[in-house]
Amino acid sequence: MSIEAVEKIKVRFPDAVEEAHSQAGDDTVRVTRDSWFTVLGFVRKALGFDLFVDLTAVDYLTREEGLPRFEIVVHLRNMTTGKRIRVKSRVPESDPSIQSLSPIWKGANWFERECHEMYGILFKDSPDLRHLLLYDEFEGHPLRKDYPIDKRQPRIPLLASEERRFSRPADETPHGHGPGFQEKP
Amino acid sequence: MGLETKLQSIPAIASKVEFFINWARKWSLFQYPFVTACCGMEFMSTACSHYDIARFGAEFPRFTPRQADFLLVVGTISHKQAPILRRVYEQMCAPKWVVAFGACACTGGFYDNYATVQGTDKVIPVDVYIPGCPPRPEMVLDGLMKLQDLIQKEKLDEHLWHPKYKPLMP
Amino acid sequence: MTVDSSKDLHTDYIEVMMGPSHPAMHGITQIKLFLDGESIISADVEPGYLHRGFEKECEDHRWNQIVPYTDRLNYVSPLINNVAYVMAVEKLCGIKTTPRCDYLRVILSEMNRLTDHLTCVGAAVMELGAFSGFLYFVKARELYYDLMESVTGARVTYAWTRVGGMRWDIPEGFEAQSYAAIKETRRILKEINGLFTKNRLFLDRVVDVGVISREDAISYGITGPFLRSTGVAYDVRKAHPYAAYSEVEFEIPVGENGDCYDRYMVRMAEMEQSMRIIEQALGKLPKGPVNVEDPRFIFPPKQAVYTTIEGMINHFRLVYDDVHPPKGEAYGYAEGGNGEIGFYVVSDGGNKPVKCRVRPPCFTIVAAMGKILEGHMVADIVPIYGSVNMIGGEMDR
Repeated sequence: MSIEAVEKIKVRFPDAVEEAHSQAGDDTVRVTRDSWFTVLGFVRKALGFDLFVDLTAVDYLTREEGLPRFEIVVHLRNMTTGKRIRVKSRVPESDPSIQSLSPIWKGANWFERECHEMYGILFKDSPDLRHLLLYDEFEGHPLRKDYPIDKRQPRIPLLASEERRFSRPADETPHGHGPGFQEKP
Repeated sequence: MGLETKLQSIPAIASKVEFFINWARKWSLFQYPFVTACCGMEFMSTACSHYDIARFGAEFPRFTPRQADFLLVVGTISHKQAPILRRVYEQMCAPKWVVAFGACACTGGFYDNYATVQGTDKVIPVDVYIPGCPPRPEMVLDGLMKLQDLIQKEKLDEHLWHPKYKPLMP
Repeated sequence: MTVDSSKDLHTDYIEVMMGPSHPAMHGITQIKLFLDGESIISADVEPGYLHRGFEKECEDHRWNQIVPYTDRLNYVSPLINNVAYVMAVEKLCGIKTTPRCDYLRVILSEMNRLTDHLTCVGAAVMELGAFSGFLYFVKARELYYDLMESVTGARVTYAWTRVGGMRWDIPEGFEAQSYAAIKETRRILKEINGLFTKNRLFLDRVVDVGVISREDAISYGITGPFLRSTGVAYDVRKAHPYAAYSEVEFEIPVGENGDCYDRYMVRMAEMEQSMRIIEQALGKLPKGPVNVEDPRFIFPPKQAVYTTIEGMINHFRLVYDDVHPPKGEAYGYAEGGNGEIGFYVVSDGGNKPVKCRVRPPCFTIVAAMGKILEGHMVADIVPIYGSVNMIGGEMDR
């Protein structure tokens, strides 16, 4: 897909690139956290990757010790040449923050807001980091692996079973009966 | 309220009046389609010409709770949406009914997680449950017919405030 | 001497919450509007009222069990989501699907694209006041729901694709029914064209409303009919052909101004192109198996399951333990009704994903809505939002 782009990044930022691969045909490059903004600015302006496709984070809680827990992943596409690229960066749990991409791509803001509320990653210098998909009072970061899937956080107190409608007596409630049903005499 | 309670105490008149009032109510239901998710597609199909909910007199959606008769909760209710559903229900005037349309509205569907309320009846009292993911339009019409049976069997003072349900929103 | 009464006028911006339960909100989205009379000074769109935890559910389910969840993302064109998801997993596993499977995926995806555009434009015109138009669109949509029901058994949500192929093959009589449906749809679309395309009332509502520039659209990450209406001819089916799209001929309709009218015309033209694709693909449909013959991914035939021990073990293992893609990550994408729907899947070699991320096309469009709405009037929100085709399941996941 865009091996040349990855090579150009390696040439321009030799210290920043930690790893590059092309698994399944997707060209990927992993950079250090501190060079995130400069590398992506280069990718946008010099290499012309203008379509902001996606920004997300992956939680590798069960990985080996010593490796940072989160990985921010950005997918981009160059509208003129049609090439795609994936840029990643590792973010540790102790300091989950990274520079925001909103100055470079307008679409980055909503993706960063979602990433922040789901994983707790702080995007520095972001214009807006309010909750997007969850309600404002929600506590915790649900997409982290240590947030249990069935932990409930109701926003209003829920009805107990005796307050629900099916307190109507059974023989007064119409039910659908099968073809062989016989009324009681 | 007073008239209905007084009439209730005269059985001979009450049953005739009840019959006509309930008959009129069940054939002119105005729905509030609280459409959230995929079941909305089948709601659209039911409301349009092929499956035609209009033959039951129920085709006219009233998008304001003050003018609606029954609240048709279509689709998943998330915790973020629950207070809005509660507020809409409490803004409706008696007589009112609630129909839970779809598996997510009945019991939460297959979304058993942090974000989904496991059933509309945890937020508001529900009268008829229509299961399905999404239910076929024929099932929706069957649910509507069951609601009509329910309405027909009501007593005059049925819609005094449900004794155990306490309003949450002022 | 005239009294200057404007000094007593209390001019302030009104804050109005439009939604979340609102007929024009296509489900539940809230728009916080700051109004100066009828003009919008600023608009803040708040999504998330249908957030159902798709990604968290994906991390808890096996690879093939995620397919029903993908149905409920863009629920007006569910099969396209199914296809995009299994393409991502197949890309990771390195599977090449059979030609018949590719053609069937194309045919069924295009039928779903038709249901998507019919629903979108139908709901948009209904909100503008033309309820009869909606009835016509839904009548055409019923034809495709019947077709999908004859193949999959369900009208709206199918869960039809599997990693390595499809659930099963199309039934007898499907081609004849499809040709009849396409003929009827063409007739209905001709009537609808007569109703709307040159209708002065409609044009006054949608021309020059909701304009977005090309650079803004690309910077926001917008794809699909919204981007094509601004003049950029980007369609995943042509730019990165998948399944059998490289073997059928079709055009990509492109607009000029980026307003609501262009989006309406782009969708109407795309419907005609979809019908062309379906006719060509049905004519060229190759014979052969639908699924790959790979015991790691696809069930063995029932004959083998009941008579041989290897077949039974294979079947049992696939039901109990599902597929195991190799360790790594992949991004698979398809052209959905709203744009590029992509799935970024990460695997550690197990039977559940580490991460299954969906890249929702209408998320980026709604992100741009706040900017588009500035300067318009409240009544313009209806055609603009109608042309966005916001699908809650996809945006909020």
